[in-house]
Order: sequence, then C-alpha cells, then structure tokens
Amino acid sequence: MSTLLLSDVLVSAHAALPAHPLLLADGVIDFNTSRLFSSFWSLTVDGLTYGAIYALIAVGYTLVYGVLRLINFAHSEIFMLGMFGQYAVLWGLGFTPQGDVYTQGTVLTVLYLLIAMIGGMAVSGGAAVGLERVAYRPLRKRGAPSLTFLITAIGASFVLQEFVHFVLPKLTGGNFGGTTAQQPIRLVQEVTVFSFGGADVSNVDIVIVIAALALAFLVDRFVNATKFGRGIRAVAQDPVTATLMGVSRERVIMQTFLLGGVLAGAAAMLYSLKIPNGIIYSGGFILGIKAFAAAVLGGIGNLRGALLGGLLLGVMELYGQALFGTEWRDVVAFVILVLVLLFRPTGILGESLGRARA
Amino acid sequence: MTTTTNTPASTPGRPYHGVGDRVRLWWDAQARPTQWLIGVPFIVFIAFLPVLRIPVLTTVGTDFGSVMAQFGMIALVAIGLNVVVGQAGLLDLGYVGFYAIGAYTVALLTSPDSPWNLTDQWLSQDWAWLFCVPVAIAITAISGLILGSPTLRLRGDYLAIVTLGFGEIVRLLADNLTTITGGGQGLKRVAYPRLGESTEHPDGVFSAGNSAPPWNSGLWWFWVSIVLIVIVLLVVGNLERSRVGRAWVAIREDEDAAEIMGVPTFKFKLWAFVIGAGIGGLSGALYAGQVQFVVPTNFNVVNSMFFLCAVVLGGQGNKLGVILGAFVIVYLPNFFLGRTDLFGISIDGNTIASYKYLFFGLALIILMIFRPQGLLPARQKLLAYSRQLYQAARRAVLAGEGRTTPVPADGTVDGRGPAATKDGGER
Repeated sequence: MSTLLLSDVLVSAHAALPAHPLLLADGVIDFNTSRLFSSFWSLTVDGLTYGAIYALIAVGYTLVYGVLRLINFAHSEIFMLGMFGQYAVLWGLGFTPQGDVYTQGTVLTVLYLLIAMIGGMAVSGGAAVGLERVAYRPLRKRGAPSLTFLITAIGASFVLQEFVHFVLPKLTGGNFGGTTAQQPIRLVQEVTVFSFGGADVSNVDIVIVIAALALAFLVDRFVNATKFGRGIRAVAQDPVTATLMGVSRERVIMQTFLLGGVLAGAAAMLYSLKIPNGIIYSGGFILGIKAFAAAVLGGIGNLRGALLGGLLLGVMELYGQALFGTEWRDVVAFVILVLVLLFRPTGILGESLGRARA
Repeated sequence: MTTTTNTPASTPGRPYHGVGDRVRLWWDAQARPTQWLIGVPFIVFIAFLPVLRIPVLTTVGTDFGSVMAQFGMIALVAIGLNVVVGQAGLLDLGYVGFYAIGAYTVALLTSPDSPWNLTDQWLSQDWAWLFCVPVAIAITAISGLILGSPTLRLRGDYLAIVTLGFGEIVRLLADNLTTITGGGQGLKRVAYPRLGESTEHPDGVFSAGNSAPPWNSGLWWFWVSIVLIVIVLLVVGNLERSRVGRAWVAIREDEDAAEIMGVPTFKFKLWAFVIGAGIGGLSGALYAGQVQFVVPTNFNVVNSMFFLCAVVLGGQGNKLGVILGAFVIVYLPNFFLGRTDLFGISIDGNTIASYKYLFFGLALIILMIFRPQGLLPARQKLLAYSRQLYQAARRAVLAGEGRTTPVPADGTVDGRGPAATKDGGER
C-alpha cells in the first residue's frame, strides 16, 4: 500500500506545480523544463554529493575490473556491509539511535565520524578480501570462464544480503540487520553553510564531497605513484609478464579487492551521513548498479574515469529527476547505463588502468 | 580438492561414464515412438501428482496444486532463458523484463482497470485470455528484437549488465506509468479461460475462486503449463537440431571462430534472444492468467536472478536439467514452508523456507566451484542423423562389455531419479 500512497502523492505534487508542463505521450510522462532551470544549482550541489559517493564505490568496480576483467557484482553488498560496520562502531562507542542529533562540538564529532569510517572500511575491506578468497580464488585456479565469475558474484550478492537480512539479527540479538532499516544514529545536524544561485550547500554536502575527493586523490596517488600501485598496474596490463617480473599476482588481486572494499566502506559512512535511514540489507543493490554505471560512464578500469563518471552520473540523474519527476530518477540512471554501453562501451576517458605510464 | 566432480563432458571416442551417460545413450538410441511410449505415461504421472497426494512429497504450507502450477510457469521461463543462456551462451540478467512484458500485455488488454481494455468492447471474456497469449508472445518477441538488435554487439559481462538495466527499466516503467499500468496498485481482474462453468464453479475451473484441493485452479493451470511445456520443448528441440541450434552451439563455444567459419553470429544471437523472449512472454501470459492480478513488484531483478538460478542449478544447455532446476527452486522452499516435522525430526520449516535466497546463493557459489555444469549437465551430442548413430554406438558399447541385457528399461536407474527421462521423446 505504501507504493500506492507514494504514487498518489507524486501525482498530486505534479498537478500542483505552477509550471507549464509539456506533456509527453498523452500526459503519461511529465516533462518540465522550468523545474530544471529554477532549481539548477541546488540540483547540481545534490548531484555532486551523490556523485561523490557513487565515485568512491565505482573505484572498487573499476580496480577489480582493471585487474581481473571481472564485474564484481557483489561489490554493492560490500558497500552495504560497510554501512552496517560503521553503524556498529558508532553503537559500540555508546551512541544509541534516538530522535535527536548528538551535539558535542566539531572536534569530537569529526573524531567519532573518523572512527566510524575506519570501522566501515575495516568491515568492507575484510568482506571484500574474504569474498575474493572464498568465492573467486577457487574459480581462478580452475581457469573458469568469465560468466562463471559473474554467476558466483550474483550468488555471493544473495548470500551477503540474506546474511544481513536473517542471520545477523540472530547473531546480534536483533540489534543489527533484519527486515527493516536501522534506526538512524545521527551525529551531524545538516545545516546550510552558504548559498549561491538559490542552492543551499550544507555541511554534510561539503564533508562528503571533500572527503570523497581527498580519498580519490589518495587512491590515484597510491595506484600511480607507489610500488604497490605499480604492481596493480602491471597485473592489469599483462598478468603473465607481471608475474615473470616478480609481481605476485595473487597478492595484487588481494590488494585490489582490499582497496576497493576500503573505499566502499568510506563511501558507506558518507552515504549514511546523507541518508541516515538507508542502512538496510537491500540498501546497496541499486546504489551498486548506479556506481557500476558511473564506472562504465567514465571508462571502466580507469580511476579518474570513475571519479568523473560518478560525479556526472549523480548530476545527470538529478537533472533527469527534475525533468521527469522523482520516480524517474532510477530510470534515468539505467537509461544512461544502457546508452553508454551501446554507444561508447569504453566510456568517456577510455579503459586505461594498465596503460598509464609506470 | 575433489576431482571426481570435475569430469569434463564426454566426447566422442571417450568411453561412457556413469549411470547418467548410460541412460542418455539408451534413451538417444530409442526410436521416437518408444520415447513417446515411455514419456507420455511419465508426464501423465507428473500431471496427477497433486491429485495423488503422496504423503511426504505433498507440500504442507501451500496447496500442492498451486506449487506445481508455479513450477510449470518457472519451468517455461527456464526453458526460454536456457535458449539464451545455455544454448547461445548469452548471459541475460533482465529476463524478468520479458516475463513482465508478457504478463502486462495480457493484463493491459483484458483488465477493466486498464485504458486499453478490450473485453468491454469486441473481445469476449470467454476467449480473451487465449486471444492474448499469441499477442503477448508476439509483442515480447518484438521487444526482444528491439533490445537485442543494438545490444547484441556487446559481449559477456557488458551484455549481462545492459540486460539487467533493461529488466529494471521495464519494471520501473510499469511502476511509474500510473495512468496506464495502474502503478503500484497493479491491474486487477485479468482475463482467464472460462471453462467448466457450473453451479459449483460459477467462474469456471481456472478462476482463482476455485480453491478447494485437489481439483482446484492450481491443478488446472499446471495442466495448461504442461501442455505448453511439451509444445515449447518440441519447438526448441527441433530448433536445437537444426542449423540454428548448431549455430548457437558454435557461438557459445567460440564466437570468433564461429564468425570466421561463416556463421552469421549476430543474426543467430538475435534469433536466440527473440525466441527466448517469446517464451518468456508466453510464461508471463500464463502468470497473468493464473494470478489474475499483475503488480510491478513481482518483476524485480531478484526474480531474474532466481530464473538464472534455475538454469544454472539444473544445467545450462540441458532442457531437462533446467526443468529440474525450476522444480528445485520452486518446490524446495514450499516443501519446507509450514512443515514442523520431517520423518519424525522436528524442524522449523518456515524459517528454512524464508532462508531460500541464502541457500540458493550458497548453492550458486558452491556449484560454480565444484560443478559449474549444473545438476544435469549438457553433453555434446550429435545433432544430425543422431538416432541411428546412437543405436550403433550403444550396440558397440554393449558388445564391448559383453553384456546382453540393456540398461533397465524403466529409465530410473539413474541416481537422479525419474527426471532423467521426463522430456517425453524430446531428445
């Protein structure tokens, strides 16, 4: 029944808008350009915030794809586990879900958030490495075809979701997991810091975008300027030669999964800041597909492409939402995914994790 | 790790292994009338399973007839998906989209809630469902063509993701186009065959109102699906043995090699997609008629994965295997649902049933590691002049072993049970 009510509300919301809707397809799909132009900047700000989160998740897809030519379909569940991880850490620090927002000064809040983020990173990173060990490594040893990996990933995605859905609440006495979303623990009150062009930029938006950019920069440096990163790039470029040159392929693969998982954990904490009610077993799935779309949009296997794709997708999705209505947001993301794959499967920046200079 | 489970498919020149291969060889060597003679009674037996009420086999929580009806529907889906995934080797994660299109075609044309309802105009309720089935197949096949012609240039993983996106787009369209599809409210009172109307069943035996077991609507729909499955198996089996089927095998094994050998790969991939989509539309139409109520939530991506699970579990490329897979994924959760004891051991059946996705996920991971070919793996077989050759091969095998008695004729020697001969003269 909830969907019924939601759709009714949306329909009446459309009818109430004073704009001049250009009706497409016999009034079935709303098409409203004035809504886009009137709130252009606030859509852009929101889009960049979501896009930064997509970008961090997309890096996980891109790294694994670059090294293994594998779409790690279960990465969305790694992200979901990260949300639970950071939540559990906050819980362990003594915070309980309550209606109010905790107030304890900027320094302490940042400290707690950092600890939560590290917790999320640890859970996600550990889960990603564990997944690689348990599910993918046996397949690699057998030299299985790529579709086998994809089916395994789907199976792993099921298992992780249902683990949080049914098993986790039993293990934790019903405090974590289960059918409903976690009650939010809110450390930060979202307040507008400054406005421009009619757009309100909140503290949460600023934190998310800056944190995501900083992490993306760090990963870029890590992959492009350290010895570990050189190993990753070498394996991405030519696994056989890399092995002959003394790079341990297995270790590189493990590092890649770890790195992707850690970033998903960081993204999980940032996402929970923005959407405190989103911590649920099924909360990673759609987000994961969108992040994958972002990775493809920027050029899968390309780190900077993931960042660009994430930001672009976040912004375009919200523009689409303004044009067609809230319920079309996911459709816009999926249509972008399909169109990019059809017309430029290599993405905007091309696939180039291995091709960058050593 | 174990090595016994990883035996590669037996190839010509390699001795036949195991009971399964013996049964296959025996079956392939039978004349077609003999195959029908064994197959038809077996199918009839399966058809009357819900009536026989065999003690442990019969489900407790849900009516057995409805479970079998659902199995028939999923089996049809699995056969269609198997054409795409198993035979042509194209991983389709959005198959539920075709299923949805089939169901919505019937619903849109016959539900009083829909703006395109025809039943209050010239289309009589009596044969509205039957009229809509071919329409649904045609429209779904066209949608397969529309999706396939641009996307089949992509390969492997990318194709999988595009189809996943397609499946989600179809569901979101159904959810969002409120003025046409009713959105989350769905479309109610979809037409169904009005047969056997009596004082006892005022709306006919196919109506959801006919719920008293064992002769309820579930059983009748199960019978309809059996008839459709046999027809579809005949069509798909003939395709498999034709030029089209051989092209699919070639594409699945090595697309580049097939292209170089002169197989127009794009054309045949498109055929696989369109035929698979058509079968998906057929099962969607069956679903719409059976449930008489269509909502978008029944068509989310998880169902796509569920269908894929049936195909992978059963054995990609093996028509019998995927039917077995469909049976496993539909029957097992229902077997446990509502059951409190099993052979005297007390169990919490409802909890086990609610864990079904956890178990199927684990099953997928474990299968991919130890038995990627599925429960009933597909074998390479001769596609032309096969019966004579198989007869000769079997004579040779029997002579070589010095045996005079063939493998027992009931076809159930296989540890995997009667399902091994279920396909009714199809192989």
